[in-house]
Order: sequence, then structure tokens, then C-alpha cells
Amino acid sequence: MAGNTETSNPLPLSDVKLTKADFAKLDKSEKKGELVVRESISAWKDAWLRLRSNKYAMVSLVILLLIVLMAIIGQSIAGYDYRSQDLMGTNLKPNTDHWFGTDDLGRDMFARTWMGAGISLQVGLYAALVDLIIGVIMGGIMGYFGGKVDEILNRFCEIMYSIPNMLIVILLIVVMEPSMFTIVLALSITGWISMAWIVRGQIMQLKNQEYVLASRSLGAGAGRILFRHLIPNAMGPIIVTLTMTVPNAIFAEAFLSFLGLGVQSPAASLGTMINDALKAMTIYPWRMLFPAVLISLTMLCFNIFGDGLRDALDPKMKK
Amino acid sequence: MIRFVLKKLLFIFVSLFVLASATFFLMKAIPGNPFMSEKEIPRAIKEMLEAKYGLNEPIWKQYLTYMNNLLHLDLGMSMKQQYTTVASIIGTGFLYSLQLGIFAIILSIVAGVLLGIIAALNHRKFLDTFTILLAVLGVSIPNFVVAAGLQYFLGVKLRWFDVAGLNDPTDYVLPMIALAVLPAAFIARLTRSSMLEVLTADYIKTARAKGLSGRVILVRHALRNAILPVVTYIGPMTANIITGSVVVEQVFGIGGLGKFFVNSITNRDYTLIMGLTLFYAVILMAARFLTDLAYAFIDPRIKLSSRKEG
Amino acid sequence: MKLKSTMSTIAAVLAIILVVVGCTPKKEENGTTDTGNAGTATSKVFRMNLSTEPPTLDPAQSQDQVSFTVLNGLYEGLTRKNEAGEVVPGIAEKWDISEDGKTYTFHLRDAKWSNGDPVTAGDFEFSWKRALDPQLKPEPSAYAYQLYYIENAESYNTGGGATVDQVGVKAKDDKTLEVKLNSATPYFLSLMSFQTYFPVHKSVKDNEAWAASASTIISNGPFKMSDWQKSTSIKLVPNDNYYAKDEVKLAGVQFVMVPDSLTELNMYKTDELDWAGKPTGEIPADQIEALRGSNKDEFYQKGIASMYYYLLNTKEKPFTNEKIRKAFSMALTRKDITDKVTKAGEIPAYGLVPPGIKGETEEYRTEVKDDYFTEDLAEAKKLLAEGMQELGVTKLDPIKLTFNTSDNHKRVAQAVAEMWHKNLGVDVEIQNQEWGVFLENRNKLNYQVARAGWGADYNDPMTYIDLFTSKSGNNNTGYASKEYDDLVAKAYAEQDTKKRMELFKQAEKLFMDARAIVPLYYYSDVYLEKPGFKGIFIDYKGDIDYTRGYYEG
Repeated sequence: MAGNTETSNPLPLSDVKLTKADFAKLDKSEKKGELVVRESISAWKDAWLRLRSNKYAMVSLVILLLIVLMAIIGQSIAGYDYRSQDLMGTNLKPNTDHWFGTDDLGRDMFARTWMGAGISLQVGLYAALVDLIIGVIMGGIMGYFGGKVDEILNRFCEIMYSIPNMLIVILLIVVMEPSMFTIVLALSITGWISMAWIVRGQIMQLKNQEYVLASRSLGAGAGRILFRHLIPNAMGPIIVTLTMTVPNAIFAEAFLSFLGLGVQSPAASLGTMINDALKAMTIYPWRMLFPAVLISLTMLCFNIFGDGLRDALDPKMKK
Repeated sequence: MIRFVLKKLLFIFVSLFVLASATFFLMKAIPGNPFMSEKEIPRAIKEMLEAKYGLNEPIWKQYLTYMNNLLHLDLGMSMKQQYTTVASIIGTGFLYSLQLGIFAIILSIVAGVLLGIIAALNHRKFLDTFTILLAVLGVSIPNFVVAAGLQYFLGVKLRWFDVAGLNDPTDYVLPMIALAVLPAAFIARLTRSSMLEVLTADYIKTARAKGLSGRVILVRHALRNAILPVVTYIGPMTANIITGSVVVEQVFGIGGLGKFFVNSITNRDYTLIMGLTLFYAVILMAARFLTDLAYAFIDPRIKLSSRKEG
Repeated sequence: MKLKSTMSTIAAVLAIILVVVGCTPKKEENGTTDTGNAGTATSKVFRMNLSTEPPTLDPAQSQDQVSFTVLNGLYEGLTRKNEAGEVVPGIAEKWDISEDGKTYTFHLRDAKWSNGDPVTAGDFEFSWKRALDPQLKPEPSAYAYQLYYIENAESYNTGGGATVDQVGVKAKDDKTLEVKLNSATPYFLSLMSFQTYFPVHKSVKDNEAWAASASTIISNGPFKMSDWQKSTSIKLVPNDNYYAKDEVKLAGVQFVMVPDSLTELNMYKTDELDWAGKPTGEIPADQIEALRGSNKDEFYQKGIASMYYYLLNTKEKPFTNEKIRKAFSMALTRKDITDKVTKAGEIPAYGLVPPGIKGETEEYRTEVKDDYFTEDLAEAKKLLAEGMQELGVTKLDPIKLTFNTSDNHKRVAQAVAEMWHKNLGVDVEIQNQEWGVFLENRNKLNYQVARAGWGADYNDPMTYIDLFTSKSGNNNTGYASKEYDDLVAKAYAEQDTKKRMELFKQAEKLFMDARAIVPLYYYSDVYLEKPGFKGIFIDYKGDIDYTRGYYEG
């Protein structure tokens, strides 16, 4: 910087003589160089564009939408009610009449599978949503504040996590009627804890990073740091945990049914249907196959879509 | 450090007390008793049985008695399994579950982390997609199906393994796999996701620019920073696996601890319910404590002491 | 390159794991390998599944099928039952019954305990009084009431004033046991093979925990215990001191404790078990049809004296109305349920007492037909309409049908609900409940329709008829009839078999006409048995008797 300034000062300021002619008005056309011709793209739109170019994610999205659609209309195109039994036609193989075959009471598996999908998707989504909200908030608080707050909340989580869930569920059966609300309640009482721990660990690691310090020195409050800086950066593990929560909730619902709190027959969730079909797995495989494939397919699409979504939202992933 | 550990221990002790109290009242609040059966026993006999176990006393008195015994480290006798102490039921079962669980944990961590790294290094290539596929199947096929499937195909059809029991070393293979599938799948997903994030971080670029070898970057820089969520998950996972899985132990006919977590409640075997809950909690809290220690080890910036943050 | 090295790392880790596993203490080999499954050896170990650890192996404490199954090999009472369910001499060689049927004098044969001590009449007196002892350790016997036929037994057991010496059982000498009963009990001899009446060795009074380990169980039956791995397996070997040891041909019995029915079946298929299914295991209903075809020479079904039925809560509308109760029991096609849903060869039930129970000369059910009602859909509809009119309602609220969680209960409940819906036009909501919650609700009459099942305790219609007296703890329907109670009381006092059966017939008719229950079917036990095993059977009430089994390959 300082290198050659001394010897060469080719234009000392005092020598500069400016005349009015030096200031000519530019032609308006020259302004065009600064014009924003392209529409401004918001972060969300940018993300959507990137998501749209990810063909795996888009295919997943389409399949997911199809599954949701079928969960809504599947029963009506089956031609059979999910409840109606035909004891003369039990355990039929998939055929032109019953596309997914029939179950042990001669009920149409096609109708039942889509009915179950509707229930299981709802259970999974609601449970995941509750886990996400409570888990992230609790985990964030524990991780960010640390110290006594962390110690106490952490102990609280451990206690909740250790109380036998089954006792709580049985108590719920006694005081409440089975319904979607009770199911989600029973699943959520302890379901959020894993999420909270994951978030806590992430925040503990992230809160010492430079950008947090920067933000803090600029006077940002705890809430802003937590929700604008830390949690978005912990999104990876959060999404992964979430994709685990959904199938977990779907199968935990089957256990609730087992205790008498879940969906009551003749309705059935996919989890219960798989449970019921287990003993027949080797003889009437279709009774398990269709619900199991549907769950796996849904989860696969969720995961690929979720991955795509995360990549799209995270500017660092830009290629 | 000693003060820190002592403080933690005190907290754990208080937690256990709260947990024991909550579980005790919860368990007494649900309907049923240890002497119920399809064939109802005559009332006079039932009253004698209740008197024998002090179940005719007011709840608070039962609670005090139990807590007093607990302070003397006496978990009592099982109310359903005659002549058997709760401690011996837990001891016998835990031995089986622990043996099996340790191998399952090692398997799931090794397989999960490796798969996760492979997937991350091959981001959006075939290996990555393939790993996601495996991992998603791993979490979305319930473990009772995995266990029953392994048993049927490898045990009954191919006859490679015994169907049930833990008599030979090879008998450990199927239950171990059945136990490890879900955690391995989850660990793979977690590892992949954090690795992807870490690999784009500046310090990795710096390390690369410095010309460090791929392996050093991978292990010392990337994995070390990416492993944290996995470590978090390993804590409770360990507690869950070594205290036994109901499903896997039932399918493979293993006399582990898992089934008692359900049976004791179905049978209203009060002393066993309490014993198991406390036992589980101790293991969980120990695992969580070790997790916190591991945090500091992995990332020295994480502070363990409860000093208030500025 | 990189992949290769990771693969070898995985391989190395797996190898280490296998080696370490190999080092864990190896369990004793299960008795099957030494006896082998090849050749013509007549002496083989018989292997079956108990599903769970026996809650107790103290005869005085036992009250469940699993404990019974093991105890039947270890102990022998004063009498035994043969395959036809008839009483044959056991430890008692012969017996005399007094004129009034109230005093039994048993004459014991020369029999020994597994440690060589003689089995004496005093052992029986000691054991029965022990079972009645209200201070019994570790807890009073829940099944002590099985001994209440004996004079003063109930009073002593429940602290009603009688002392232990007043209990009506007395050893006159080492070989003679005199038993005094409250009233003539025609089936008392058949009770002598019931587990609560088994003797225990006198040394048990010095060791509270004697029944908890193989080394301290001294038995007097065909087998003795050689090994007990908690929650895993129990091994019995022939008792050399058994009086009829020549009749015991099995090399031993090996019990495993595998709770999963599919695993049990798989173990049978891979030759790790010789018997699968009832009484202590289960063949999954979904597998029955296939097995009937694929294993038809090994597949057996045997009707047992147990019944499956639904209770109707007669204290709550609409089942306060008799016509509606009748309509509900008529509006089912039971044959469809047994053929298509449960599939184990159950028999549709229209009465209270199942087949297999002795009557006057033949089975009670053969002598007294269970034609108390027929399945008549038109009549059912008519009765329902009339009943609703009597109640003053035009539409029935949805009926709640509750059962405890089980695949089979769930299947039956769904089929029944659909039939009621289709045949009567009523909506039925079914609800499964956790075991304890269910029992509590059933006992407190907090239900509308609830599942129930009952198995015989002894070979007499009384074991069923007694169930629905107004003071029975297992009634659970709200049904209470003075006339019924009187008939049962009379039957208790009656000594003449013909007259007793007549009283039972009247009582059953009275009860069935009130229709406080919806009978569904009489049970049948389904099991698989490996070819070559002979002489192992399930008796009338569903107990397995393997004591005289043998192998002929």
C-alpha cells in the first residue's frame, strides 16, 4: 500500500484545475446500465426454483400428492366398503375384483389400505408437528441458556422419558374416549423428547460460532439468535429426526390400538393392519405387503422430498 | 471436576426420587390389581392376598413403605413370579439383554456411520440414493416384521440359523441384526445430513487448501464436527437397547428384560414395575451424562460447567 | 480403493463381534442332541412350549395352565385321569365312600418321593392343610377355594373360626387317609387329580423358596426336575423312585418359554419342538387352514370342555329387556364364525355346559340337548321390534361390544358386530381394552356386551351351572334368580346322579331362557404333534398329559 506513494504523486491536488466544462450532463441512455432487468427473486422463490429443478424431489412430491389423493378417494373407487365382510371370500389373492385381495374377514384390502393410509398419515403428521414444535422450543432453550435452566429441563425430560408410557396410556384410556386427539396426545406426551435432545446438542455446538457472537454483539436478543440463527443451522438433524418421527408415530399408534386407545376396529391404521397380518405373512403375504409398501413408499418420498427441500432452502448447498 | 460430578449425582438422585413418586401414584391410579384373572378368586381370599402385600393400606402409607424400602435399596418381591425378588428378575433378564444389546449397538454405530459417510461423499450419486433407500426402508419397516422376516427366511427356509434361543454364538446373529436395523438406518441418515453440512464449511476448505490428506480431513475435521447429533442419539438409544426390546426378544424367544416392561404392567406386578422403571432411569441418566461428557470431548468449545453464559 | 478398505474394516469388526460372542458362556446343550432324532430309539425327549415362565411350581399356589402343565409331570395326586377322562387309581390304590357320600377313605399304595422318602397319608394331610393355611408363605393360596368341599376348610382358610385340627382331612396311619366333606360331592374323586390336591414333601415347611429352583423341588410323580433356566427352559427327567417307572418311557421333557406363536410354529417346523399349539402354546388362526393341508398327519383338533360367550349387561338398557337379549343371541350364524373365523373346529354353542362333561351315564351334553333356541333371523327381528316397543324406543343407540386385546377376540368381535348390524340393523361399536381395564369394567358391570370364556375345573356340570348364581363372583351379568339359586343349592345337596342331572337340566333351561349370555362356541384345541410320539393327549378340560407318552419311530 505504502510502497511507491512517496516518489510518485503524479497529480497533487493543488494542481488540479477544474472548469465547468468538465461536468457534462450524461445522456439518459447511460443510466440503463444500472437497470434491474430481471425480476427480483425472493429467497422463497429462489428455493422453489431450485426445488423444481431437483427431479427426484419433484417425483416424490407428485407421488405424495397421489397418495394423499388416494387416501381421500381410494375407498370410493374400490367398490367395496372397508367394513363389509364376506366370510365366504376370506384371504383372497389380489384379483380383478379385489385389487389388493381380501383379509381374514373377507374385507376388501384396497378399500382398507387407503382408509388406513388416511388415518396413519394424519397420525404421523400431527405427531410430527407436535414433536417438532415442542421439541425445538425445549431443545433450543436447554441448549442456548445452558446452566441451571438446562440442568432442570434436562432432568425433567429424563423423568418423562423414564415413566412407563404404557401406564400413561392406560390412564388415558380410563379417562378419555379413543379419538385422533387422544392418539396424538398419547404419542406426544413423551414423543418430543428425542427431538429436544437432538436440538439441544446442536445448539450447544452452534452457539459458540462466530456469527452468533457477531449477532450478540450487535445486540440481538436470545429469541432472535435462537430462531434466526441457531435453529435454521440445526435444520439438518431436525429434518432427519422428523422423518424418523413419522414412521415411529405410525407404528406406536398400533401399540395404542393394542392397549385400546388407538383406532378401533373395524377401522384400522396401516400399522394395525401390518400387525394383524404378521401371523399370516408367509401364507397370505398380500395382507401385509400393500400396507407395508405404502408406508415405505410414503416415507421414501418424504425423505427424498425433505432432502430436496433442505438443499433448496440452504444457500450453502448451491452448486 | 469432582464438584461437577457430585452435583450431577445429586441431581440424578433427586430426579430418581421424583420419578419413583410419579410412577408410584400413576401405577396405583390405573384400574386392576395383581390378583385379577379371568376366573375371579373369592373375595375373602383376595382380601387376604391384599393384606399380605399391604395393598389394603391407604395409598400414602403404601407409598411411604415403598420409599422407605427403596432407601434401603430393597426393591421387594415380585407379586406375580413367586419366590422371586425384583432384583433377581432384573439381574437375570438384564444379562441376556445386555449381551445382545452391546453387539447390536456396535453394529448399528459402525454400519450407520460408515453408510452415512459413504452417502455424504457421494452426494446425489448412486451410492447416496442407494443409502437413503436402505435407511428409509430401515426406519419404515417395523422391527417385528424385520425380526419375523429374518427368522422365516434365514431360519426356517434356508436353515442357516436356529429359529430361537441363545444357545450357540450364531444364535446372536439374527436378533442382533433385528435390533440394529432401525438405529443403524437412523444413524446413517443423521451422519449423512451433518456430513453434508460440514463438508461445505470453510474450515474443511481451508484444510483441503492446506493439502491435508483426505482421510485426515474426513476423520479429524469433518466427522468430528458432524458426529455430534449421532452422539446425542446414541445416549438414549443405548439405554433402550441394553434394557431389551420386547419385540425382538419375543420373536427370538430370548429371556431378556424387554418383555417385563410390558408384562409387569399388564399383570399389575407393582414392585416389578417400580423396579424396572428405576433401573431404566438410572441407565438412561448415566447414558445422558456420558453423552454430555462426550460433547465436551468432541467439541472443546462446549462447556460442561453450569457457569452462566454471558 | 477406499471402498475396499472400508469393506475390510467392516469385515474385521464383524469377525471380532463373532469371536467375542463365541466367548460368552455357553448354555447347557438342550437334551435333544444327545438322544438324537434319528433311529428307532424308543426313548426320546419330548419338547414343547410353555410360552412363559410358570408363575409358580408350588401345587398349592398354582392356578394357571402353564404351571399345571409342568406340575402334571412332577406330581401325582390320589387319583389320575385316563384319556377318556375317567378316574383311575393314582397314589391311592383304592378307596371307600361312606353311605351318605360325605366320607372318603383312601388307601395309599407304596409310593416314594424323588428323594426316596415314602409318600404317606400324612403328606396329603400336611399338603392340603398347608394350602388352606391363611399364613402360607409367600402368599395365601389364591386357589385354596378348590379345597372348600372339605369340612371346615373354608372356615379355617378365611378365618371363620375353625382351627387347623378341625379341617376334615386326617391320616389314620401312613397308608390311610380319611376325608370328610361338607356335602356329598359326586365329582370329588375327579378333583383328586386337580393340582391344588397334589401332595408336597414335608421338608417344604423349612424352606420358603423351595419351589423356585430345580434343586429343591422334591416330587412324587413320573418325572423330576433336572434343570430350570429362568425365563428360558425347564427340563424334566424320569423319576426313578416313581412307583410305575416302567410306564414312563420318555427320556425326559423339555419345556421352552417362547411367547411368540409364530416362533413356536417355526421351531416346530425346524424340528426344535415336538409339539406346538394348545394347551400352553398357540397355532395362529391364520395358519390353521394351511397347516391342515401341509401337515395333515401331524394336525390335531380336540374339543375341550370350555366355552366362549358374550355377557349381556342385564342392568343396562337395552339388555334389560329379555326379548332384545333373545334377539341378539338368535341373530348370529355361529357356524360361519367357527368355520370361517376361528377355524379350529369349535362347535357352535346354544347352551351353557360344553361337551366333554360327564352326565348320568354319558356326556351331559349328549343326554341334554342344547336346543334352548335356534338361529332365526326373522324371529330375531320380530323380537327386537317387540322389545324396543316394550322399552319405548324407536331406534337403538349403538351397542358397545368390549373385549380384551387378542387377535382372536378381535376377529370374533368384528364378525359378530357385522352380523348384528346386517341381521338386526343395529350399529355395534367394538372396543378392545387393556386386560386390567377390561376386567375391572366387566366386574363392575360397566359394559353392554363383553367377551367371556370359561373352562371346567372338574368333570361335572356344576362347574358351569354354579357360575351364574347370584353370589357367584364370575356372574358379571347382573342376572340374579332366586329360583336358579334354589335349584343349584338343591343340586349341591342331592346325591342321586339322575336327580342331580335333572336339576342341572332345569337350571340350565331357566338360565338359557333368560339369555343373560350369548353363547358362541365350545372350544377346541388345535395342536401339531411330531409323528412317532404316542400316548400324549389332551384331556376333557384341556390339560396335556405326557406322562405315559412314548416314541415309536
